Amino acid sequence: MTLDLPTIWAGIIGLGVFLYLLLDGFDLGIGLLFPFFDREGEREVMLNTVAPVWDGNETWLVLGGACLYGVFPVAYSTLLPAVYLPVIAMLCGLIFRGVAFEIRAKARRTQNLWDLAFIMGSATAAFCQGVILGTLLQGIKIVDGRFAGDAFDWVSPFSVFCGLGLLVTYATLGCGWLVLKTEGDLQRRTRKLLKPASLVMLAVIGVISLWTVIGQPAVAHRWFGGHNFVYFAPVPLLVLGCVIGIFRAADTGHEARAFVLMEAIIFLGYSGLLISIFPNIVPPTLSIWDASAPRSSQLFVLVGALIILPIILVYTAFAYWVFRGKVRHGDEGYH
Amino acid sequence: MLETSDVLVLARLQFAFTIAIHIIFPAISIGLASYCVVLEGLWLRTGKAVYRELLFFWSKIFAVGFGMGVVSGVVMAYEFGANWSGFSRIAGSVNGPLLSYEVLTAFFLEAGFLGIMLFGWKRVGARLHFLATCLVALGTLFSTFWILASNSWMQTPQGFHLVDGRIVPLDWLQIIFNPSFPFRLVHMSIAAFIVGATIVGGGAAWHLLHGRSGEGIRKSFSMAAGMILVAAPIQMIAGDQHGLNTREYQPAKIAAIEGLWETERGGTALNLVGWPDMREERTKYAVSVPHLGSLILTHTWSGEIRGLKEFAPEDRPDSTIVFWSFRIMVGMALLMLLLGVLGLILRLRNRLYDTRWFQVFALAMGPSGVIALIAGWITTEVGRQPWVVYGVLRTADAVSPLSSQQVGTSLLILIVVYLLVFGTGAYYILKLMAKGPDADDPAADVERNAGKSIASLERRPMSRATDPIDE
Repeated sequence: MTLDLPTIWAGIIGLGVFLYLLLDGFDLGIGLLFPFFDREGEREVMLNTVAPVWDGNETWLVLGGACLYGVFPVAYSTLLPAVYLPVIAMLCGLIFRGVAFEIRAKARRTQNLWDLAFIMGSATAAFCQGVILGTLLQGIKIVDGRFAGDAFDWVSPFSVFCGLGLLVTYATLGCGWLVLKTEGDLQRRTRKLLKPASLVMLAVIGVISLWTVIGQPAVAHRWFGGHNFVYFAPVPLLVLGCVIGIFRAADTGHEARAFVLMEAIIFLGYSGLLISIFPNIVPPTLSIWDASAPRSSQLFVLVGALIILPIILVYTAFAYWVFRGKVRHGDEGYH
Repeated sequence: MLETSDVLVLARLQFAFTIAIHIIFPAISIGLASYCVVLEGLWLRTGKAVYRELLFFWSKIFAVGFGMGVVSGVVMAYEFGANWSGFSRIAGSVNGPLLSYEVLTAFFLEAGFLGIMLFGWKRVGARLHFLATCLVALGTLFSTFWILASNSWMQTPQGFHLVDGRIVPLDWLQIIFNPSFPFRLVHMSIAAFIVGATIVGGGAAWHLLHGRSGEGIRKSFSMAAGMILVAAPIQMIAGDQHGLNTREYQPAKIAAIEGLWETERGGTALNLVGWPDMREERTKYAVSVPHLGSLILTHTWSGEIRGLKEFAPEDRPDSTIVFWSFRIMVGMALLMLLLGVLGLILRLRNRLYDTRWFQVFALAMGPSGVIALIAGWITTEVGRQPWVVYGVLRTADAVSPLSSQQVGTSLLILIVVYLLVFGTGAYYILKLMAKGPDADDPAADVERNAGKSIASLERRPMSRATDPIDE
């Protein structure tokens, strides 16, 4: 029996994108919540909650891009021109945000400017990622293995809504993270945001789900054709369950539960996305097999990935474990 | 047609701009990482405090350079698909895996040893710390290995076949160890060491000129002068060998570099200066030396070099650009050689640290490593045009189906963002250098970083330096 390398690689890259959403989502969210907290103490604490991990979180984006190039070059070379400007803007946002994060700690007089760069960079990156996801979901015109659409095909009410939706989702994740990692007044204020934020997130997920099901017969067929819905029904039901759980956690004062449930919603939403598009990697026509590099290329990279990815995973888990617990104002900063 | 060529020019400008800024930072990290190995080795061997002081100082600058390199590299990882989708579709099956390996290697290095090197002074023993520093330096060279394997394969491709117009890899060993790879790898690695040495030397010269002549500064100055004396001639030999290799595999590039139009019989002259005119097919105002071209490029008195007219006009690289970029690189090399020899003479006369004109010269040569590096890359990259994969895929067929407005807009955005962000980074590096090694008490530096855990901060090398940026 020969291994189906495209399926294995789809699994690896799928996992990489999922880890990215899981990990970088809340730390981009910190940037989105930044303007609502005061300059002196609180922002410092907020940054310190993600300082040890944010750079590692973005690792998955670089790794995802490089591996997509190596093993699915046709997906890489059709998706990127289709979402050209959002990708450039996202990268610029991430550069600004990353450098602002480091320089802010070394800046005195110019700290306000770096704060602004951090906020704008986070918001741009989050919005553009949503637009890219939305564009992918609405489908990209491919003829003969090449992107055949227009420069602004990505601009649609749907993709812009997805951009705003991801912005809200990341901010919500940021709230959950701060409730988990902080205490006192900062925690009290973010806890108040939990209920409204998770309701908005639920609404966003609901609208995007309905929009795709109504707008795209193929997606509707995937979810409702035959007995499929019987198998897929747990996804939306579990999302509802998670939101109820977040409400109860907000009332009972449980600190970790809200964040964990939010990440569970991310997992469910991502599963929903995969259910809608699999086995396509760039809907509506490009499947993972059509997009694949030759077998020798996929095998060559797989050897390296199987050695190094587990090490990075263990290392990431270790880093989160070392930095578990609350971050307090006046703690020895990590800068 | 006009539209396509506009997009092509803009996309090439964008790639040239982003990669020229990017390459500066990896070159600094490769050079300084190896310098740190030398410093730490000397410290362990001699126990002299000055080596430790220098190690602390230069590892900070290494860390900022490394951080900037990672950030500017992210853009590169997406640019191949965004601007060069034809290339990634046709050649991605070879180029993509090599770059994936580079990313995997780089992350492996970060996950493992960078944290120990930058933040682990107090946590691990001296020998283990030294091992970490060695592995970080080795890791930067591994990254170089993969990137240059990829680039060299594009220059001298082999080990593949074409199926339906797409490249399918056959033999990865042949792909990686392609004919120009060993030469390019050696030439680039030495170039990075020279970038490190010129920066270290320039920084030390600045302090000496300002009347600061502590032991750390004198040591830096002395080591840099010694390194340039050794590395500059070796690099010239490596470059010469690389040139012979290029003449065999990319003769049009050599003809363009020399501004040579006709294939001259019985010995080729060398144009020292001149202005190659692509339209008139001749090199204007040429000052040439008979037989020197044959001597340099074939190592014989009358070896034949093919002129540009032997290649169809659409297959010729732009001679005007590479003629001059090559001469800038060689000019820098000759100046470096002069710097090294003068340094030796002054050292023998015990005047190395108090000769003012020599310090001015060394300071002026601070950027020479970076200038030579970029000029060299322009030579090899413009010189392989109009091909992106030599003889297989034309650059014009590699560009994405984008409009010139799109590529122009993104180019402008990137220029603004890069100048702001990497301008700040370069400013911070210069500011750290201006403080100098003597200004920082190593013990206090260790204390400041003591609260940090090596478990995670390794991924944020820029947090190694704690000095304020705007005071």
